[in-house]
Amino acid sequence: MGLGGSCAGWLMQAPCWLGGDFSLSEDTQQQIIRETFHLVSKRDENVCNFLEGGLLIGGSDNKLIYRHYATLYFVFCVDSSESELGILDLIQVFVETLDKCFENVCELDLIFHVDKVHNILAEMVMGGMVLETNMNEIVTQIDAQNKLEKSETFIFQSPRQDR
Amino acid sequence: MSDVVERTLSALPGLLGQQDPGAGPGGGPGRVSATSRLGGLIRSITALSSKHEEEKLIQQEQTNLKATVSAPTTTLRLMKECMVRLIYCEMLGYESSFGYIHAIKLAQQGNLLEKRVGYLAVSLFLHENHELLLLLVNTVVKDLQSTNLVEVCMALTVVSQIFPREMIPAVLPLIEDKLQHSKEIIRRKAVQALYKFYLIAPNQVQHIHDKFRKALCDRDVGVMAASLHIYLQMIKKNASGYKDLTESFVSILKQVVGGKLPIDFNYHSVPAPWLQIQLLRILGLLGKDDPRTSELMYDVLDESLRRAEINHNITYAILFECVQTIYTICPKSDLLEKAAKCIGKFVLSPKINLKYLGLKALTYVIQQDPNLALQHQMTIIECLDHPDPIIKRETLELLYRITNGQNVTVIVQKMLDYLRQSKEEYTIINLTGKIAELVEKYPFLLLKWFIQTMNAVFSVGGDVMHPDIPNNFLRLLAEGFDDEKEDEELRLYAVQSYLSLLEEEDTFYPQKFLQVMSWVLGEYSYLINDGDPEVIITRLHRLLKQTFVTSETKAWIMTAVTKMSSRMSCSKTIDKLIQEFSTSLDTCMRQYAFELKHLCENKELMKNLFPLDASCDEIMVDASLSFLDGFVAEGLSCGAAPYKPHHQRQEEKLSQEKALNFEPYGLSFTSNMSSSGFTGRQSPAGLSLGSDMSGNSAELGQKETNCLKLDGVRKLWGKEGYLPKKENKTGKEDKTQPVPQDSILTAHVVDPPLMQSEQQVVSLSEEEKEKQQLASTLFVGLGSNSTISLVGDFYKLQVTKFTKYETQNSEEASSFQNIATLPFSPLPDTTPNNKENFQGNEHLGLRKISLSSSEVLEASVSFETSQSVTEVGLDEQLSNCRLSTSSLFADSNIEVFQPPQNVPDIVANKAPLSLCLPEELAGHPHSEIVELCSSDILTVYWCKVWTDDCSRLVLFVANNSTSPLKTVNLVNLNIFYTSVNFFLSFCQKCVQLEKVCTEGVLSGSISYHLDTDTHLEFSLTFSLSDFIRPMKMTTEDFGRLWLSFSNDVKQNLKMSPSQGSLSVALNALKQKLKLHIVEIIGNEGIAACRLLPSVPCLLHCRTHARTLALWFRSSCSALPDSLLYQCQKVMEEA
Repeated sequence: MGLGGSCAGWLMQAPCWLGGDFSLSEDTQQQIIRETFHLVSKRDENVCNFLEGGLLIGGSDNKLIYRHYATLYFVFCVDSSESELGILDLIQVFVETLDKCFENVCELDLIFHVDKVHNILAEMVMGGMVLETNMNEIVTQIDAQNKLEKSETFIFQSPRQDR
Repeated sequence: MSDVVERTLSALPGLLGQQDPGAGPGGGPGRVSATSRLGGLIRSITALSSKHEEEKLIQQEQTNLKATVSAPTTTLRLMKECMVRLIYCEMLGYESSFGYIHAIKLAQQGNLLEKRVGYLAVSLFLHENHELLLLLVNTVVKDLQSTNLVEVCMALTVVSQIFPREMIPAVLPLIEDKLQHSKEIIRRKAVQALYKFYLIAPNQVQHIHDKFRKALCDRDVGVMAASLHIYLQMIKKNASGYKDLTESFVSILKQVVGGKLPIDFNYHSVPAPWLQIQLLRILGLLGKDDPRTSELMYDVLDESLRRAEINHNITYAILFECVQTIYTICPKSDLLEKAAKCIGKFVLSPKINLKYLGLKALTYVIQQDPNLALQHQMTIIECLDHPDPIIKRETLELLYRITNGQNVTVIVQKMLDYLRQSKEEYTIINLTGKIAELVEKYPFLLLKWFIQTMNAVFSVGGDVMHPDIPNNFLRLLAEGFDDEKEDEELRLYAVQSYLSLLEEEDTFYPQKFLQVMSWVLGEYSYLINDGDPEVIITRLHRLLKQTFVTSETKAWIMTAVTKMSSRMSCSKTIDKLIQEFSTSLDTCMRQYAFELKHLCENKELMKNLFPLDASCDEIMVDASLSFLDGFVAEGLSCGAAPYKPHHQRQEEKLSQEKALNFEPYGLSFTSNMSSSGFTGRQSPAGLSLGSDMSGNSAELGQKETNCLKLDGVRKLWGKEGYLPKKENKTGKEDKTQPVPQDSILTAHVVDPPLMQSEQQVVSLSEEEKEKQQLASTLFVGLGSNSTISLVGDFYKLQVTKFTKYETQNSEEASSFQNIATLPFSPLPDTTPNNKENFQGNEHLGLRKISLSSSEVLEASVSFETSQSVTEVGLDEQLSNCRLSTSSLFADSNIEVFQPPQNVPDIVANKAPLSLCLPEELAGHPHSEIVELCSSDILTVYWCKVWTDDCSRLVLFVANNSTSPLKTVNLVNLNIFYTSVNFFLSFCQKCVQLEKVCTEGVLSGSISYHLDTDTHLEFSLTFSLSDFIRPMKMTTEDFGRLWLSFSNDVKQNLKMSPSQGSLSVALNALKQKLKLHIVEIIGNEGIAACRLLPSVPCLLHCRTHARTLALWFRSSCSALPDSLLYQCQKVMEEA
């Protein structure tokens, strides 16, 4: 099931939730965020980047995999069908992509452009599965969509398919 | 790159507090909007100091937003802005459901950008089953047909994130078309959308499996990679169906590893690492237990191992997958060697992540290669004291798997240490379970140790641990082991330790622990000779007054007091207790007190009620309440109305309603119907009467144990000790050895590999010496010759009930052994010559049958007189067997269970004819008896019997040799023969479906001991149709039920010309799936069936121009889908 039925989240100083076709109630989501933040934030620097299942995130099959960038934590919740180290580098790809798209990303970008960040993540991870890890491809897609924002013209009008 | 990011990010922490964040460094493209309303909102929220203020602010914001979004003048542009703010509010945890419908509207009406925000909002706000999602379907369909690529992309993205299951048919053809689209991105997203469909409704995409193959061969790497997700999932479910693709996967992996992909896909100069990981996982699944397939992948695995040499995180990810795959598939020695080296690299790495994975890998391979743990024992010891609790836990997991009789005390001690430190509920549950399992496996190492460890588990694990743990513990204590004296000692020690624990006043114990204590004290306190029972009762009495004791625990304590008072003449404390609680406000307690009071008045009765040490005695329970027959007869003679079972009353009520029905359709009847109406006979007392087959109440009584419910408890202990292995003996020997202190000495003796490390001891520091010592105690007995077994539970299907038949006596057995040795079983064709021989056997076989069925006796008599007749007789007999189930298939359509033409031949070839079902099963339809597995000594045959109320699995065990077998043990089916000295024995089990699925596999193994222990493994497949039974009903009932069910699935199937009319198709379904056809009118038909025990499913079908439209409805959500799949299969076969 890939990213744990796909809760992919990031946490900041004020933790917030990203992503997830999690069919959870608002309360459970908030509780998960709080618990995750609690778990992750008290970890030292010299420990591993994996945390094994609490009851909230669905027991032993699920894991939290996180990466720490200055004041930011990127936390992915995945199930056993994902490679731990693979996800760790996926976070890296995600951050690098953010950096390319926002030209020197900072956390304010992430706060003020939640929607764009969601779109970038949707290019990489679709329905809980890693879809694209080719950074250039992602950036191309995102750029194409950003151009729309500026010009609002339909530059992507495709030649009509004959069916 | 990460450095850059980190620097940027670390430069900014103070920014949030600044007045104008838009003026921060960078100033990228979209930063203007920081001054927008969202920016304002965020700024004011970050400026707040309390949660309460935030709530107030958000409330105000939401009121504003509500007004704006519902105002008709709001432009779409403004709406988009509002949506972003709503997303922010939701993210902070404030529900804004008023905006959901507007998000859908925005997705429908907006231009590209607005649409995108609309879709995003929808996917964030709504969940899979939200009813508003239906409104999105039309928009998605429209966008999928759009000529604008971006719109199509957006629609596909939203479909793969969130889509209502029942609307899949509406978009499926459109998405299928997209698989041929010229743009890669569209193809990729289409594949991903189909993957989503596969996850939520696998049967609806059954027909496009070919297209997945096309996607796998796509020229674009991204599309191919996307299709791998689907394959991984499908192969996980059914590896054998995709073996033919192994070569394709191998060649893809070869190309990837060889760097044939575009350079874009490189990550830190490793070619497409995620793709490699995915492929390695698939290969692992394919090669498992399959030497031929494994053969294909050795080369490429070797290549991957060799290539992944750069020292980067991602190469380690690949290496780890390689190692796992190598250990999963059929082993090859030089690959294993390389993999073991890799694991060493992981374990010894200073990087903590790699160490963690190394431990994980070790845990994974330890059962195959215990020596690997010996190599790394010092690292493992270091990890035990690691500051990171995650690493510690992983180490304990590893130790748990290498536990044996010699090191169990040390390992359990380590686990207890960790348990005492941890506060997380999840960890406690997990660890207590493991400790309890280990302790119960080796209880006789030290009696005191056993009780003390369990005490620790109970007091730490408290009330969060699994309820099986106290139950199992009490069972062990009650059932005892071989030695009566040791049992007594154990119980006595338990009683003493609990008494001393209760001595201290005002200490808190978890409820479960108190319950265990009170049970043990009540049952076994008589073992203390010198103690005064009065003291014990006083202590229990004190507990009863504590406020932290729940009423459930109080009930346990009261029971204990009652038991004890039966052994005492009189007691002041008891009198006091009775007095105290007779006026209690707690009605339960008051009742207990009164019961106790009345029992105390009649000591004789009390002694009978509470016999000493009788917790394991079986009590006969007359479930049919036959002792009330006289009472009933008296009532009837006085003119009382006879009892009618519930469903009969319902039916009568219904038939009355038919005459004059003022009620609207779909009344409460339906819920009754689905819950109990179909179970058939109801017992007078409301008990379920599973065993009451003959209807004679006097004959059958159900045995039940009186105090502990043991169903579902794993049977680790039997009369002969621990079942799966003979660990008991070694355990007893060890008991004489003092374990921890001088175990270096024992390690010397026991374990040669440890010699090396011992020699180094001299030069080592004190601390290291300690570690060495620990190592030697931990890894003792881990040599190559010792066995490690942690018998896993492979239950997929729940086994509920079984009976064992040992009918034949040994005299007969010897005569049949002679037959068995006759060389008739490998009969390819029944040539005349062989036929005689075979019929000779048949004759004996039939006489064998006669032991169980008098009908068949006649057949065998006629057989003796005339050979030509007998064959017919036999044939008839076989078909009779299958047809005599008129109760089940009332219209007794002969076609339904007509045996295949060649049945006699098959029977002759595959099983000796003496295999015959027992009398009460022979009347039910059953599958052929075929061989399951065999060895020189033993052959196992099996068949399925479909009785009215369950599916039974019947296993026949035949002894091919002449010598009797002592112990034959069917491991995962929980059947245990003490001896098979007869020729043939069989057992049957009732198999139940736990979860609706199309197919389930039941695996198990049979082991026996002749000269050496031998294991035979087997697995059996059950399909959903094994659990489907017809359900008789009238068209009116059908109509009522139909309206009351909410889960439905519709699908159109193409019919081949040969299937022609509806009745032909329906009959095919009826035969294969055991449906009951309710009525056929013209081109429409209705049928009904039930999933055992009584989940109804209704089918409505109609034919129209070569298509058959099937429409299922049921009260169970997963059932229609799975049944549809079965129907598809039937129609394809036909």
